Amino acid sequence: MEYILKNGIVYDPANNIAGEKKDVMFKDGKIVDNVSSDAKVLDVTDKIVMPAGIDPHAHVAGPKLVVGRIYRPEDSRKGVTTKTDVCRSESGFSIPSCPATGYRYSRMGYGTVTEAAMPPLEAKHTHEEIMAIPNVDVTPLPLFGNNWFVLQWAKEGKIEEIAAFISSWLKITKGYGIKIVNPCGTEAWGWGGNVHGIDDPAPYFDVTAREVLRALSQANEMLGLPHSIHVHPNDLGHPGNFPTTINTLECVKDIEKSSGMRDQTIHLTHAQFHSYAGTSWRDVESGATEVADYINKNKHVTCDVGQITLDETTTMTADGPMEFDLHQLNGLKWANKDIELETGSGIVPFIYSGKAPVSSFQWAVGLELFLLIKDPWQVCLTTDHPNAGPFIRYPRIISWLMSSERRQEMMDNLEVRVWSYKRTSLGSLDRDYDFNEIATITRAAPAKIYGYQDRGELTPGYNADIAVYDLNPNDIDPIKEPAAIEKAFGNAMYTIKDGQILVKDGEVVKVVPSHTLWTNVNGFEEQEKAVMEQVMPTFNRFYTVKFENYKVHDHFTPYPIVTEVQAGK
Amino acid sequence: MAYEPPVTDYDEIVENCTCAFCGCNCDDLDFLVKDGHVVGVRHACRLGASKVMEDMDQRLLVPMIRDENGELQEVDWDTALDKAAELIAGAVRPIFYGWSETSIETMKHGIRLGELVGAVLDNQATICHGPSLQAVQNVGYPVATLGEIKNRADMIVYTGSNPMNSHPRHLARYTTFPRGWFRQRGRFDRTLVTMDPKYSDTAKMSDIWIGFEQNGDYGFYNAIRAALKGKEIDQDYVSGIPKEVIMELAEKMKNVQFGALYFGLGLTHTLSKQRNIDMAIEMLTDLNEYTKWVLTPMRGHFNVNGFNIFMAYEMGFPYGVDFCRGYQRYMNGETNTIDLLTRKECDVFMVIAADPGAHYPGGAVKHLAEIPVIQVDIHWGPSTEIADVVLPGSFIGVECGGTSYRMDGVPIYMKKAIDKPETCRDDEWIIRELLERVQKIKDEEAALASK
Repeated sequence: MEYILKNGIVYDPANNIAGEKKDVMFKDGKIVDNVSSDAKVLDVTDKIVMPAGIDPHAHVAGPKLVVGRIYRPEDSRKGVTTKTDVCRSESGFSIPSCPATGYRYSRMGYGTVTEAAMPPLEAKHTHEEIMAIPNVDVTPLPLFGNNWFVLQWAKEGKIEEIAAFISSWLKITKGYGIKIVNPCGTEAWGWGGNVHGIDDPAPYFDVTAREVLRALSQANEMLGLPHSIHVHPNDLGHPGNFPTTINTLECVKDIEKSSGMRDQTIHLTHAQFHSYAGTSWRDVESGATEVADYINKNKHVTCDVGQITLDETTTMTADGPMEFDLHQLNGLKWANKDIELETGSGIVPFIYSGKAPVSSFQWAVGLELFLLIKDPWQVCLTTDHPNAGPFIRYPRIISWLMSSERRQEMMDNLEVRVWSYKRTSLGSLDRDYDFNEIATITRAAPAKIYGYQDRGELTPGYNADIAVYDLNPNDIDPIKEPAAIEKAFGNAMYTIKDGQILVKDGEVVKVVPSHTLWTNVNGFEEQEKAVMEQVMPTFNRFYTVKFENYKVHDHFTPYPIVTEVQAGK
Repeated sequence: MAYEPPVTDYDEIVENCTCAFCGCNCDDLDFLVKDGHVVGVRHACRLGASKVMEDMDQRLLVPMIRDENGELQEVDWDTALDKAAELIAGAVRPIFYGWSETSIETMKHGIRLGELVGAVLDNQATICHGPSLQAVQNVGYPVATLGEIKNRADMIVYTGSNPMNSHPRHLARYTTFPRGWFRQRGRFDRTLVTMDPKYSDTAKMSDIWIGFEQNGDYGFYNAIRAALKGKEIDQDYVSGIPKEVIMELAEKMKNVQFGALYFGLGLTHTLSKQRNIDMAIEMLTDLNEYTKWVLTPMRGHFNVNGFNIFMAYEMGFPYGVDFCRGYQRYMNGETNTIDLLTRKECDVFMVIAADPGAHYPGGAVKHLAEIPVIQVDIHWGPSTEIADVVLPGSFIGVECGGTSYRMDGVPIYMKKAIDKPETCRDDEWIIRELLERVQKIKDEEAALASK
C-alpha cells in the first residue's frame, strides 16, 4: 500500500528539515522517495508532520507496574473508559492498564517507548505486559547496577567477564541495553540501608558506585551496544545531590565510545530529581545551572528530564531506599519489591501539587534544565512516567516549553508557589522552544541516543512511523496559545506506525501488536561460554529458579526487532 | 509412613519441571516417565508428587452434557463446545470463575470472552487472599522474592499459616533450611518463629512459638507495634500473651539483619479479616525504620497470584472484575462471585480449573445447582456434580506448557513433559474455541438485527 502525506509542514531534525512544506511518502511500511500515481493521498496541507514520538524513559510494563495497579484501585478507577468497536476498555491515570498505555501513546503520536527497568528474574513478566500493550513498540532495559555478579567483577576489575555476562543476559532476558539504578544503593537496601555519593561502598561487596559505573560503561563500549549505559544516579531526590550527579557523569568521561550510532557514553535519566543544591528541604536550592553547565560542556552526556507535571501520581523505581524515604515523608502506602541477586524496587503514591513549595520547586528545576541545556540533542522530554507525572502530560509540558508567557503566568497567579522562582532561576529564563526543538527532544534525540537505525527520522528506508498534528506553524503563536498546543499534541491528527494509520483525529482507529526491541551481540560467544561456567555454580546455589526456567523463551517476544551488534565494532 | 522403594523402572527423566500445586511453584522437579505416564517425581513434596503421579485418578476424559434426566452423557467436542458457547452467548450475567490452576495463556482468551459477553471474571482470591489484597490496597505491599529470604533472612515468621502441611517445601527450598549467600549454615543461621493459636507442625519445629488467642491477631500485632514505638503496654496480657513476651519479641524483631513474615488464611479469615493484615503490614513498615523486613502472603494455588497479576495489567484490577457495562468495575461485595451468587444474579457460571462445588458456602452452591454450569477441569469433583457441560482440559506443567506466577510474583514457564490423553484438549484451546464460537453467534445476532 502506498501513501502520500501531501503538503504538510515537516519537522525532521535528523535530516535538517525544520518546517519545510513538503510531501512525505511511504510504501509497505517504509518511508520512500517516490510513489506511483496510485498512491493514496492524505491531505495534510499546512499541518505539522514529524516522525512518530520516541519516549526514552518510562515505566510502562513489568512487576512494579502491576504492584501499583493491584494496590491502587483508586488510580485505576480514574481513567476508565467504555470499550469501542476498535479499543478495549481502559483504566488508570498514573498507572494505566496495558491496553490503555498503548492507546494513549498512540493518540499523542508516539510510536516507541522504553521500559526503563526490567529485573532479569522477572523479565518474562515485563514481556507479557509488552505483549498486552498495543500500537507502541517497547524497548526494555534490564537492570544491572546492583547485580551480584556485576558487583563482584566490578570490584575485581574484570571488564571482559562483565561484558560477556551482559551479552548473554541481553539474550536471556531479551533486553536492549544496560540500566543502572542507584548503583550499590539498592544492594544496601537489601539490608535496609543506602549509599551516599559515588564513593560510598556497598555493604559486604565493598564496591563503590564509581567502580560499578566505570566497569559497566567499559563493558558497554567493549560490546559496542547501540545505547550507552542508562543511569539513575545515587542520591535521587536529596537536597544537595547535584555534585553526586556531576561526579557520576564525570567518572566515565575518559571511557572511549565504540558505537558510531550515538554520541554519548552515558545517559543521565530524570535529571530533574538529581539537580538539587542546599542541605535539606528547608534550604533547598536549584542545582540545575551546574548540571546544565556540565552537560553543555560535555558531549559524552545526554539526559532526559523527568518533568514534574503537578498531578497525583504513583512513584515507582528500582531505587528501593528512596521509596521508603518517600513513604516516611508523605505517609502514603508503601510497596516494595526486592529481587534476589539483582535489584530491588519500591512504590509510593505521591501528590505533586502547585500548592506545595517543594513540588513547585521541582517543577521549576525540570523546566530550568530544558531551558538551560543549549543543545536539544542532549536533552529529551520525559516525566519518568509515572514518577514525576503520567506520560499523557507530555503535550502540556510542550506547551510550557514553547511559552515563557505561560510559565510566567503560572508563577504570577500562584498556580505554582514562590519557591518556583525564589529557589530557582526559572523566572529569569525567557527561552521559548520552537517546533523543531520540540521535534528534537521528543523524536530525533531519543532515536540518536538509543542508536535506532529504523525510526526517529523520515529518511527513505526508515519505518513509516509518522505523526501529524492539527496545527499550522505559520498561523499559530505558541507563546500566546499554550492551550491549543497542548490540545494538538495530545490528539494527533494522524499517527502512522509501520505505514498503518492507527490514529485519526485523536481517535484510535486501528490496533496492532507492538514489537519488542532487543540487542543481540555477536562475536562474543567464546567469552559468554567461559563466563557461564563461572556463573552457573553461583546461579544454582543462590537463585530459587532453575536456569532453564529463568530465561525468556522466544514465545514471549512474538514480534521482535533485533538489533544485531558485532562486539566491539 | 511406610518405606517406599525408589522408582527405578522408567524410560526417561524430564528435568526442571514445575510443580502445579501450591504457590511455591518449585521448578526443580524431575519427572520419571514410562509409557507416556509420570511414574515417579523427584524433589517434589508429597502433595506435589501425588498430584502429578495420580493425574489419571478420577480424570475427566471426554466432554459431557447433562441430559433431561439429569445424567451426564458423553458427547463429541463440537457438540459440547457449541452447547457451552450457546449458554455463554445467551447469558445476561455470566461469571467465569477459577483460573488459578491454569495458564496465563488460557486467561488471555478468557478475558476476551469476558469482555465480549460482559461477564464477571473472578478467581480464588475472592474466597482466600481477597482480604490480603484489600489490606494491600489500604496500607501497602512490602514484598521480596523468595531468594532474598534464602540469601539474607535471619528471622522468618509464619503467622496464620502452617507451611509444613500446606506448602511443604517452603521452608526446605526457600526460607529456612537452604544455605544462602549470607546464611551459609542454613537453618542454624536463622530464627524460625510461628505466631499461631495452633501448635501446628510448623510451630513444632520453630525456635519460638507465640500461641495467641483465636481472633487475637489484631490485638497482638497492635501490641507489637506499640512496643516498637516505645509505648507502654498497659495490660499484662494481650491476646493471651504476656506483655513481657511481646516486648521481648519486638526487641528481637528490631534487631535482626533481615526478617521475613509469611501469612496465610489464618489471618485473612479470623474475626478482623483484612484489618489483621493491615496491622501486620503496618508492623512490617514500622520495623523497616530499624532494619529490613518484608512480607508475602502464602498463596495457595500455583497461579492464583498469576490471575491477579494478569487482570491488573490487562484491566487495572486484581480480581472480581465485572465487564457487564462495557468497562471494568471492581467493587468488593458487589462484583465478587459469592455476592453475585448469593444474590442470585448470575445466570450462567463457567468454572475453569477450580472446585466451587467443594469450597463455596451453601447458599452460593445452591444457586449454582439452579443455573447452567460449564466446567473446564481435569478431575471429577463436586463441581462436576452440578455441571451441565463438562469440558476436560489438560494438566498445565505436565501435559502442556504455560506461564504461571509464583507467590512472590516470579514468572515461570511451566514446560510440557508428557502428552495429554488423546480425548482431552488444552485449556487454552478450549477457551479459544469458546471465544470463537461465541463471537460467531454474536456476529450472527448482529447481522440479523441489522436486517
